[in-house]
Amino acid sequence: MRVALCGNPNVGKTTLFNQLTGLRQRVANFPGVTVERKAGTLAGAPHVEVVDLPGTYSLTPRSIDERIAYEVLVGRLEKEPDVVVCVLDAGNLERNLYVVTQVIDLGLPVIVALNMMDVAEENGLAVDASALENDLGVPVVPITASRGEGIDELKKCILNPPEPAQVYRWQLMDAVDAKIPALIKRLAEEAPHVKPMHLRMEVLRALAEEEALDAWRLGAPEFVNRIEALQEEFAKRGIAWRHAEVSGRYAWIGPIAQRASRRVSGPATLSDRIDAVFTHRVAGPLCFLLILVCVFEAVFSWAIPAMDLIEAGVAALAGIVHSVLPAGWVTDLLTDGIVIGVGNVVVFLPQILLLFFFLGIMEDSGYMARSAFIMDRLMKRVGLSGGSVLPLLSSYACAIPGIMAARTLDSERDRLITIMVAPLMSCSARLPVYTLFIAAFLPTGKLLGVFGYQGLAMFSMYMMGTIMAFVAAAILKRLVFKGPASYFVMELPPYRRPRLRQLFWRMYQRSKVFAVRAGKIILGCSIALWFLASFPRTEISPEATQIEELAIQERNREYAAAQALAPGRDLTVATDSLLLVDSTLANALDLTARADAKYTAALDSANIIRQSTQIRESAIGHLGRILEPVMQPLGFDWKISAGLVSAFAAREVIVSTLGIIYSVGDAEGGVALRDALKADKYPDGRPVFTPLVAMSLLVFFVFALQCMSTLAIARRETNTWRWPMVMWLYMTVLAYLASLLVYQGGLLLGFS
Amino acid sequence: MTLRDLRPGESGTILGFEPSAAINRLMEMGMVPGSQVHVVRLAPFGDPIDLKVRDYHLSIRKSEAALIRISRQEG
Repeated sequence: MRVALCGNPNVGKTTLFNQLTGLRQRVANFPGVTVERKAGTLAGAPHVEVVDLPGTYSLTPRSIDERIAYEVLVGRLEKEPDVVVCVLDAGNLERNLYVVTQVIDLGLPVIVALNMMDVAEENGLAVDASALENDLGVPVVPITASRGEGIDELKKCILNPPEPAQVYRWQLMDAVDAKIPALIKRLAEEAPHVKPMHLRMEVLRALAEEEALDAWRLGAPEFVNRIEALQEEFAKRGIAWRHAEVSGRYAWIGPIAQRASRRVSGPATLSDRIDAVFTHRVAGPLCFLLILVCVFEAVFSWAIPAMDLIEAGVAALAGIVHSVLPAGWVTDLLTDGIVIGVGNVVVFLPQILLLFFFLGIMEDSGYMARSAFIMDRLMKRVGLSGGSVLPLLSSYACAIPGIMAARTLDSERDRLITIMVAPLMSCSARLPVYTLFIAAFLPTGKLLGVFGYQGLAMFSMYMMGTIMAFVAAAILKRLVFKGPASYFVMELPPYRRPRLRQLFWRMYQRSKVFAVRAGKIILGCSIALWFLASFPRTEISPEATQIEELAIQERNREYAAAQALAPGRDLTVATDSLLLVDSTLANALDLTARADAKYTAALDSANIIRQSTQIRESAIGHLGRILEPVMQPLGFDWKISAGLVSAFAAREVIVSTLGIIYSVGDAEGGVALRDALKADKYPDGRPVFTPLVAMSLLVFFVFALQCMSTLAIARRETNTWRWPMVMWLYMTVLAYLASLLVYQGGLLLGFS
Repeated sequence: MTLRDLRPGESGTILGFEPSAAINRLMEMGMVPGSQVHVVRLAPFGDPIDLKVRDYHLSIRKSEAALIRISRQEG
């Protein structure tokens, strides 16, 4: 047996779903689309499957959510449900009942769950469930899903489902109604696959909706001709055929809602009073800014310790694996490829979790809609709508939650554009790269004695990315995602207290999606990159071997000198009690200790040189040299090019790659690497890195999409490789051109 | 006059619509001829509008409001 939950957005459908299934859920996608299909079994009745349909205001398939809901209900996507539970907000009966009338007309058994009885009561609304039941002809169960009230009654009702109610109880205007039977007959002949039960709905839809009519053009051309003729006739006679269905339904609903709910006190709800502040002309934008600042402050200051911890843990784990397993390239693959690769994913989890937490609060409390309301005017200028603001802002921390947050957008076009430009917002992974090059190559002085050059440079990195995101959005809207003008019709739902349990559950679900789906792709790429950096193997490095040999000789010489100081004594065992009385022995031991330290240091540097030789001679090194002619116009030599190749997986990797190439070891972003970069020269004596080269590289990082996680999540959210590929291409071309402009322009202007 | 001409605090009754893709959506949201609308406020930057329709808040842009013919309700 299968139960479908259906209803408007923001009516507590998900809360009810969690109550009914007790979190025994599976989240997947409906076939071929990115709409989530949440299903679970009814608590206490494992043979009953509950499916949570996307929240919709109507079953007319205008948005993707509505199409899915409709197709599930008529049995086109999967077997049609045996019972439909329509969830209603008791505080807003009229609009909520609209979709209920549509579901009833499909001829399915319907149960109405009248939710948020508590809120309605608090707002001075008395709702009479039995009056509603009488008028609609379907069982009505009052519930308060957030407190679990009425759930048992609802379950009983689901397990003893009612008969389908009488369909089409509302009145279509006579002029239109008279024409419907002939059209139904016509459609039934031309499209015999449509169930008789659904014919009337299909006819009404084709009459009112341009797109629904177009869908029949191939399958039922004569039907389409007749509808078009009828539309012309209606237009001539001045009959408002387009409004007929909606008006008819609301004319039926209005009195029903009036009989069922009675206002017992004044209309100024708490929600209205909160809105007086949050959408106030002055206070509104200020609150919005303040909330943003707090969220980002929290994301950065709370996530960074956790990220450091994870990085340290990953490094420690790699170390343990190294010490346990025998040395060799398989162990290297395990540690440097797999452990570090997975670490690159896990390290973003704290930020992603925190962002999802705050986004979840905003969504559940109703503030998300207000932020869209406040920002819509500004976003409209670049062809987006207010709903894109939060996804784009989240992308400053990390593009992944940003791209996933774009799901809240109603318009599919706006959602795709938002996804496509989100990676242009400077994410936190770019920060280490910005920091390294800005600190190394920009002057520390102050402009006009106030703004530090380095700070200004950092700020302009963020500005550049943001402005480009808006420009790209405007271009994409004009060139790629053309189509009918979109509109902005958005409910401002009443404010509600977010439910923590539900919040954490969704955080967990979304992060799992990221970790699992993105993780697979990232793991694959990390392994591939590791092979590129490690093969072909160069085991021999004469320079390193020479250093090691010299180190051994040096140590032996110093050991001998120490032994000479204390003849006949065993210098490998130190005994504290003897040291106190025997100063020669102490001196000798001190000498050997210093010799050991020198030896270890020499071995380390030999090791780094070996790694450096390895990467020079590896496939990445070769790729760097192959790319050098292409990258030369941007001012990049083969080492930077190799770094860029390695940074394909994750931007910050370039810092450690350059560290290895320049043989300065693990001092990431440290002074050693900075000095090495500054000291590097071409054979003819020109420096490899100049402030101009650094600027060019920084600009490249602002625009380039070097993040497998982003590609992986964009693949998941758009359900095709097409958009991630387009995204990668346009951003790479953009990065190249922008760097070219900076470097060549800089040269022309006489900078070096 | 259209809904766009109403100032915050004013109410009106919907008479009809200019043809547009947004109209069907607006009607499904409860804005059918004959229903009452109340303009609650404008967004901080002047657009969109916060409306009260059928006892809930609906936000639409001025460009959509200009498609809705209304008669102003006095008082």
